[in-house]
Amino acid sequence: MSDPVALQMTAPAPVTALENARHDGPVTVAETGPWGMLTLRGDLSAAPVRSSLADATGLAMPEVRGVTVAGDRRVAWFSPDEALILVPRADLAGVRAALDGALAGQHALVADMSDARASFRISGEPAHLAEVLARLVPVDMGTFAVGELRRTRLAQVACAHWMPEEGAVELVCFRSVARYVFDLLVEAAESPRAFPA
Amino acid sequence: MSTRLTTGGTLIDRSKPVTFTFNGESLKGYQGDTLASALLANDRMMMGRSFKYHRPRGVVSSGTEEPNALFGIGQDGRFEPNQRATMQELWTGLEAATQNHWPSLEFDIGEVNAHLSRFLPAGFYYKTFMWPRSFWKNVFEPVIRQSAGLGRAPKSADDDRYEHLYHFTDVLVIGGGLAGLVAAQEAAQGGARVLVLEQEAHWGGRATDSDAQAQVDALLATLKGMENVTLRSRCMGAGVYDHGYVLGYERLTDHLAQKSGPRHRLWRIRAAQVICATGAIERPLSFAGNDVPGVMLASALRDYLTRYGVSVGDRTVVVTNNDDAYLTALALVRAGLSVPAIVDARDGGAGVLGAQAEAAGIRVLKGHAIAKVKGRKRVSGVAICRQAGEGAVVEEIACEAVAMSGGWSPVVHLWSHCGGKLTWDDAQAMFRPDPARPPLGAAGEGFVTCAGAAFGVLDAASGAGQAAEAGRAAAQAIGKPGSGAGSGAALPEGLADGSGANPIEPVWLMPGSASRKLRAKAFLDYQNDVKVTDIQLAAQEGFESVEHAKRYTTLGMATDQGKLSNINGLAILSGALDTPIPQVGTTTFRPPYTPISMGSIAGEARGDTFQPLRRSPIHAWHEANGADFEPVGHWRRPYTYLRAGETRDTAVTREINQTRGSLGLLDASTLGKIIVNGPDAGRFMDMMYTNMMSTLKPGKCRYGLMCSENGFLMDDGVVAKWDEDTYLCHTTTGGADRIHAHMEEWLQTEWWDWNVWVVNATEAHAQIAVVGPNARKVLEKLGAQNIGNEDFPFMTFQDHRLAGIDARIYRISFSGELSYEVAVPAGQGMALWTALMEAGAEFNVMPYGTEALHVMRAEKGFIMIGDETDGTVIPQDLGLHWAISKKKDDFIGKRAQQRSDMARDDRWKLVGLETLDRSVLPEGSYAVADGVNANGQRNVQGRVTSTYNSPTLKRGIAMGLVLHGPDRMGEIIRFNTVEGATVSAKIVDPVFYDKEGTRNV
Repeated sequence: MSDPVALQMTAPAPVTALENARHDGPVTVAETGPWGMLTLRGDLSAAPVRSSLADATGLAMPEVRGVTVAGDRRVAWFSPDEALILVPRADLAGVRAALDGALAGQHALVADMSDARASFRISGEPAHLAEVLARLVPVDMGTFAVGELRRTRLAQVACAHWMPEEGAVELVCFRSVARYVFDLLVEAAESPRAFPA
Repeated sequence: MSTRLTTGGTLIDRSKPVTFTFNGESLKGYQGDTLASALLANDRMMMGRSFKYHRPRGVVSSGTEEPNALFGIGQDGRFEPNQRATMQELWTGLEAATQNHWPSLEFDIGEVNAHLSRFLPAGFYYKTFMWPRSFWKNVFEPVIRQSAGLGRAPKSADDDRYEHLYHFTDVLVIGGGLAGLVAAQEAAQGGARVLVLEQEAHWGGRATDSDAQAQVDALLATLKGMENVTLRSRCMGAGVYDHGYVLGYERLTDHLAQKSGPRHRLWRIRAAQVICATGAIERPLSFAGNDVPGVMLASALRDYLTRYGVSVGDRTVVVTNNDDAYLTALALVRAGLSVPAIVDARDGGAGVLGAQAEAAGIRVLKGHAIAKVKGRKRVSGVAICRQAGEGAVVEEIACEAVAMSGGWSPVVHLWSHCGGKLTWDDAQAMFRPDPARPPLGAAGEGFVTCAGAAFGVLDAASGAGQAAEAGRAAAQAIGKPGSGAGSGAALPEGLADGSGANPIEPVWLMPGSASRKLRAKAFLDYQNDVKVTDIQLAAQEGFESVEHAKRYTTLGMATDQGKLSNINGLAILSGALDTPIPQVGTTTFRPPYTPISMGSIAGEARGDTFQPLRRSPIHAWHEANGADFEPVGHWRRPYTYLRAGETRDTAVTREINQTRGSLGLLDASTLGKIIVNGPDAGRFMDMMYTNMMSTLKPGKCRYGLMCSENGFLMDDGVVAKWDEDTYLCHTTTGGADRIHAHMEEWLQTEWWDWNVWVVNATEAHAQIAVVGPNARKVLEKLGAQNIGNEDFPFMTFQDHRLAGIDARIYRISFSGELSYEVAVPAGQGMALWTALMEAGAEFNVMPYGTEALHVMRAEKGFIMIGDETDGTVIPQDLGLHWAISKKKDDFIGKRAQQRSDMARDDRWKLVGLETLDRSVLPEGSYAVADGVNANGQRNVQGRVTSTYNSPTLKRGIAMGLVLHGPDRMGEIIRFNTVEGATVSAKIVDPVFYDKEGTRNV
């Protein structure tokens, strides 16, 4: 047997699907992360679930098709019984432990899905940003507001997106299709304005 | 001669000449010209040949309805056939080529068909070419193909790109003529979001006919100033669908010499209310020779004159059954051209416009008709007859052009796409929308209205009034009315109100009792060469339904979809059947309104983004190391890793030998990984799987089968019990999403009260199979401890830290070898793979692909979903009784497996097969039996499900389903081959390799 010391024995840093690829332009597309992402399955209308979530994350449970954003944490409504919690990777273990603790004895599942998804931040002048998304997602981006969320599709794959603030859209998709989503977002971002100012 | 006049032309810019080529010849036009107007300005009257008889044809219209003037535009990657010259704007360098002629436009061999037209009536192909059969394939079809057809298919890949745009609006107005703009202004008053689409480059539609361009300009200025209004020209409303879904087709670069950005944009619109202000299309008249180049719609001839300053001929005879065509005569005279006569089929002639014409010195022949047009490649004159009678010629008039008008048909296509019904308006001789029967939305309310000429209101003043009404109604329907009914916006003033006009008189054939000889040259459908006599023949032969007559004659089935021909055709049919027109009805209007490009439909789905390609976390390494990929669902998995000089076969053999001999790695990340959790998880798992899963102890694994409700095997995989309430279900790569949906469906619809949650965690983890006699050693090198056979037995899992990465290791095997499947977070999959490759170097570790995986599992007699199963196979067929619990009351598929067909003892069963000559059986080969069945086919008694060359056993091995197979061990049966011979094979146990399981320790 060869010398085990020659092998790397400390944990390598997690790597995002596209190693934080970005495309700069009037509308910038950047892969973000690595985030810590927790999927919560539970009855989101149940008060104990809502309060557990709030206690563990410091964020209120959003309304239907909504997202709560505070700093670098988000809680996203995904369905009547599913929420996605995004926190910095460094906070993941703590939030997870807090959530597991708070939910103990309740019928709920918390799964670490940090590596299952790729995440993107698309930013630019709000009207331009809206039309870039409108090329790919069947959503009325003209009225899409900060705090709203859609689980929808981007061209041929599932995605979810929301606006954390004016001029920015955050979008998650499954990790395996990260390249497809990035390529499409870049093409849409580079296309001439459909609604010139 | 058609020519450019020295003055006139509202749309052209004479200071900007444009050169283009026509069949390679350089010609000149002006900016603002269409290809059609520029060709006419250059005296190119003949623009193509017809489909069947190859008759010379010229442009007949000035808009989207054009059936004749179709061209191949562009070259190579930008070549597109069948483009309408009337819609193609001119740009410097445009290359246009005529089509449907051979060898040349002027001299065409197919024209002989025209002389044989007596013998080529409707249905000719059906009747003649049926016999003998081989003649069709070898004689008729090649000859017809050579001479027929429209444009040629492009040979190069499309150089352009295309895009979609999702757009949401309160009110969508389709059509930017006077009515559309008035409706838009009204609808927008209360703040509703309004989108207006206009298919042409210019706004206003036919407003110039009523001197309303100034009003149009004023409306446009108002609308452009409103923030809630979006105006889009060169954008056609292509189709209206359920739930207010509308497709808009925007042509972005077709009119530009310097092209950049997407060529077309497909608007995918959701509109709460749709207003169709799509105008009306003028109808031709059916007289002999109405297809000779130079015969044109009166409105088109007027357009070429007023918009483009083009004269189609010095002398134009106008022929009509309504007042509108008089506008053309008056415009021609005003431009200094000659109108030898207006031939008006009505005995009473026209009203106010008639008086104006006579005052201008134009001779009006009332109650007259054109007996026939003289000339072949261009008009040289017309023979005049009475409208009543058979067509005895009373006089001949020399002319270069004929302007015809048979009345107007509202463009009801978009109204009709989603179910809007029509009503026959006898007074105006037209089908118009029936407002009582609109297309219905989700709540049962109409969501489409029509405005202006599209509603059948032909005069400008009434049309504008009605359009304003439509705009108000749309705004009210969505709760955003303007400042008050009728006071929203000022209607344009000074619009012509059509007073003093004489009514149209329907004329479906000219002259009314035309002789057969004349009828046989009176064309209804120019593009498909359907004549009056063809429709009459169809009726005579019993094709009485309009849909049948259409298909028998091909009326309206060409690329123009009968925009000019349909109403005239069904009126002729109505006459032949002695049935009123409304009872004959119309054919169905289907989207798109005119053809749209395939590229626009594909949008972004082309090239690298044609389909979403799923990549595992280790995909980049595979790409860089010779992976020969195969698609598995949307994933790409390495089939094998090719090294220099290797074939697929030799590479697979090398991978198998190295894995069985030392160490192999498989990227198994694509396998489905579904987490099932909750107090009722065990109960749920027992229903999902045929096995007993609830008794599994935490830390242990069990292979399981899933069946559909009908009992058929649908997926398999290893289940690991993570803890008392939590299971991880491995599924096949292709089954992950399907099985996840299957579980959710049962939980949401049947067992909604069970406390179970399911999460599809497939993509959260990278999973690497470490396989072979040295598998344990390499894991130990990376830091795993106490993983000997006793400490870490088969079918269990443990958590270890490998190369610093937290890993869950499953000791499971799909190859028969010592094997560990290591799961780590996806983001660390690449790091683990690299560490395994480095640590495995001393064992000459090799990655292996899906084919090596398949061969090794077949050597061990393991079934593969999709090979041994095809949706008709139950686990019992595969000898998997041991995996079907007999203790459980129920599982999905249990009841179905008790059906007589499932329980019968002569179902084909799984066995191994060894060819006597060691060869590899063909895929899909059948085991032949004696005799033939009722169809004279050879009887069969089994089939091959998997067949491979086994490098381990150095022979062909196969699995198959065989009648009473397991009872026939050692028997020799024969399998067919593609060549017709048979191969003998012995029935054996399906486990070919290491039956005792000595290797996995």
